[in-house]
Amino acid sequence: MQSLILSTTIRLLMPLLLMFSVFLLLRGHNEPGGGFVGGLVAAAAFALYSLAHGAEAGRKMLRIEPRLLVAAGLMTALVSGMLPFITGQPFLTSLWSKLPMPIIGHAGSPLLFDAGVYLVVAGMSLLIIFSLMEE
Amino acid sequence: MNDMLIAIVLSGFLAALAAPALYHFFPRWAGRLCPLLPLALFACLLTVAGQVSAGTPLIFSLPWIPSLGISFSLYLDGLGLLFALLVTGIGFLVFLYTPAYMGNDVRLGRLTGWLFAFMAAMLGTTLAGNLITMFVFWELTGICSYMLIGFDHEQEEARRAALQALLVTGIGGLALLAGFILLGNISGTMELAELLGRGDIVRAHPLYLPALMLVLAGAFTKSAQFPFHFWLPSAMAAPTPVSAYLHSATMVKLGIYLLARFSPVLGDTEAWVYLVVMTGGITMLTGGVTALLHNDLKQILAWSTVSALGTLTLLLGLGTPAATTAAMVFLLVHALYKSSLFLAAGAVDHGTGTRDITRLGDLARIMPWVAAGAGLAALSMAGLPPLAGFIAKELLYEANLQSPLAPLAVTVVAVLSNSLAVAAAVLAAYIPFFSKNSVHDLHPHHVEIGLWLPVLLPALLGLLIGLFPGQVGAWLVTPAVTVISTGASPVQLALWHGFNPVLLLSMATLGTGLVIAALRGPLLRKLSEAGNIRMGVAERLYGIFFSRLQGFASKLTLTIQGGLLRNYLMIVVGVTVCLVGFTFLTGSGELPASLPRPDGGIHEWLTAGVILAGAVMAMVTRSRLAAVAAIGTVGYGVALIYILFGAPDLAMTQFCIETLSIILFVLVLHRLPQFALLSNRATRVRDLVVALSIGGLMTLLVLMTVSQPLSSHISTWFLEQSLPAGHGRNVVNVILVDFRALDTLGEITVLAVAALGVYGLLKKRHKEEG
Repeated sequence: MQSLILSTTIRLLMPLLLMFSVFLLLRGHNEPGGGFVGGLVAAAAFALYSLAHGAEAGRKMLRIEPRLLVAAGLMTALVSGMLPFITGQPFLTSLWSKLPMPIIGHAGSPLLFDAGVYLVVAGMSLLIIFSLMEE
Repeated sequence: MNDMLIAIVLSGFLAALAAPALYHFFPRWAGRLCPLLPLALFACLLTVAGQVSAGTPLIFSLPWIPSLGISFSLYLDGLGLLFALLVTGIGFLVFLYTPAYMGNDVRLGRLTGWLFAFMAAMLGTTLAGNLITMFVFWELTGICSYMLIGFDHEQEEARRAALQALLVTGIGGLALLAGFILLGNISGTMELAELLGRGDIVRAHPLYLPALMLVLAGAFTKSAQFPFHFWLPSAMAAPTPVSAYLHSATMVKLGIYLLARFSPVLGDTEAWVYLVVMTGGITMLTGGVTALLHNDLKQILAWSTVSALGTLTLLLGLGTPAATTAAMVFLLVHALYKSSLFLAAGAVDHGTGTRDITRLGDLARIMPWVAAGAGLAALSMAGLPPLAGFIAKELLYEANLQSPLAPLAVTVVAVLSNSLAVAAAVLAAYIPFFSKNSVHDLHPHHVEIGLWLPVLLPALLGLLIGLFPGQVGAWLVTPAVTVISTGASPVQLALWHGFNPVLLLSMATLGTGLVIAALRGPLLRKLSEAGNIRMGVAERLYGIFFSRLQGFASKLTLTIQGGLLRNYLMIVVGVTVCLVGFTFLTGSGELPASLPRPDGGIHEWLTAGVILAGAVMAMVTRSRLAAVAAIGTVGYGVALIYILFGAPDLAMTQFCIETLSIILFVLVLHRLPQFALLSNRATRVRDLVVALSIGGLMTLLVLMTVSQPLSSHISTWFLEQSLPAGHGRNVVNVILVDFRALDTLGEITVLAVAALGVYGLLKKRHKEEG
């Protein structure tokens, strides 16, 4: 099922969609967005690419096993929750830097946590999509 | 000084992690390094022995869950010291023995690791100063035991034995937890040091009996008391060093430890004496008799261990100072001779390849040191002077003669089971090492020092204790006894008590035992002619229960998880509608008198129309693709509503989800068979009813919710705190990643597990097809 229109469009759309997904993740704390929707957008980008070029090409584009993405995401979220242990604070206490940064405002451990959510959601969606495609 | 306690407990766990790597990288040195840890811990414990024996316990405490009165506390007193010395001392022998026994087996590192973990868990249990701390370590010993019994996991027998031990002791462990919680509630403290002084409160409480039964259930299962005794002989599937360490010298004595530990709190009542003495007595005899029915060295030793555990239980049940003294001495003596005999059985197995005593004999020529150790140990087991076993037996008879409960019956039971022990000692040491059976067909070979030194050391120690009982009594036994029964006079251990009834009983025991040993062979032949020796009733009951339980579980699963999605849906919807509908009818909630009128403009009506049209389309269409598109329309319509009512986050997520689900649908759609109308009119009506009921219910719920004023403070709190506390203006996201981050962590974990499930199912199908 090769479609010239889809494959050409997705080639152009792919970087945009991925950038948009990261943008959603980063600005999520202050504006609509966040790790969940960001992860879904990223997954959609890869899913569309795979629809146009096949699951094999999609996996190659992703480079990492979706399973590993899920595991890495869970670990990231867990580690972000365990960071406050260093200073003796309870699990999942938010830590904030004093320096303001562009787009995200203050950097803090919740952003890391959100990045974990992003990875889990993207990994899970792609795991299911790739598995179904290769059925 | 008190920090040493935590170091003693935790070092074993660290060693457990390090051991496999150590064996992997330095196979030559690992076997020599590993025994050093238990030896060092043994020495550490000896340095504080003076202080502890003088009556000052060491206490270490860390707050754990202060609101529940639970702390991670350790408490070392005379009783704990005796057990901890046993654990580390026998541990040293076992770690010395294991590399020689396993040879070049690549799994040696794993075995050593689990043994270290077990040692640490044992030390934790015996040094625990808080009920919950003790329970956690108690269960850890059970888990280590499971892993060690099932060490040869490729053999079904080993797996079955491991599971059996885990289930029996695990159920006991649950009972123990309940008992501990009851004890904590009754006495108002979870700390052992405080609890030990509140025995009178506990005994006078109406909940005393349930608490007692629960704690006893824990102790009896762990220490293999009748009717839970059957798991211990099955556990012999483990490698022999494991059997010597866990299932004779240390872990099975935890139940005894528990009885001793809690007898100042729970003991000294009628219920205690009857329950504990009866159980102990029955176990003593069952174990003693069954030991003689076997020809396998390890089985003989295992059943005689059951008998010895029964003896210890009986003595602690009697509870008199004399009985307690006898129990503590016998505990020590039994650990020494039984570990020696077990390790000797392992050496025999290693040297000849069999443990069947009908095929063994005359091994003393080939492995003289093992024979010397086993011989000494057997003499101690038979209770001959000048070995420690003699002292233990004298004390045992003395305690039995002074028993507050049926002294005659108790004494007869004790003499009988000790005679059986004499016979078992003959079977375990005399026949394989000194009888004239020929073993040339087995090609026995010499064994190295690692195999005979651990056999000889404890046997020699038993001789030393027999020769110098006074010092051991003052250093080890007295401090333990004073903890258990307050007001006991200092113990004076001596080898020679003079000519008295006790000595007569000892001689009678020896005579009876030798007669039984001589008669055993012919008797056993007759028995085997009459029919096979059957499994015990308790074990058969366990087998029946276990297979029935599994049968029931698979039937239940087949009924509930039939595999038809529509059935699952109907059950879920039906239960929800019934429960919520019931609450509606009986609850205080009222429907609004007047329906709130939509105040929106034409665009809201249009959106609603699109959603409805999509739903109707999905129902009536005969094309799958059209149905998917129609459902997608419904989803996008809902997202539109989110936008209209100011929830951009939700809308965005909804749009993404809809897009992805359409992609998923398209992926699976072309794999489905041709569209066909399989449902008849009745099922369609049924489906309509189900759909309408859940739809109607949700509508009612929404109407009710909006008609009542929202009085939730939590949402205003979130709104106020989002920027100052959460540093974010997007309240939804701040709630997700900060205020309720723990929930989110749980949710993404569920997502990950679900993804793995889908992956597993699809991959499995893929494999089956391909």
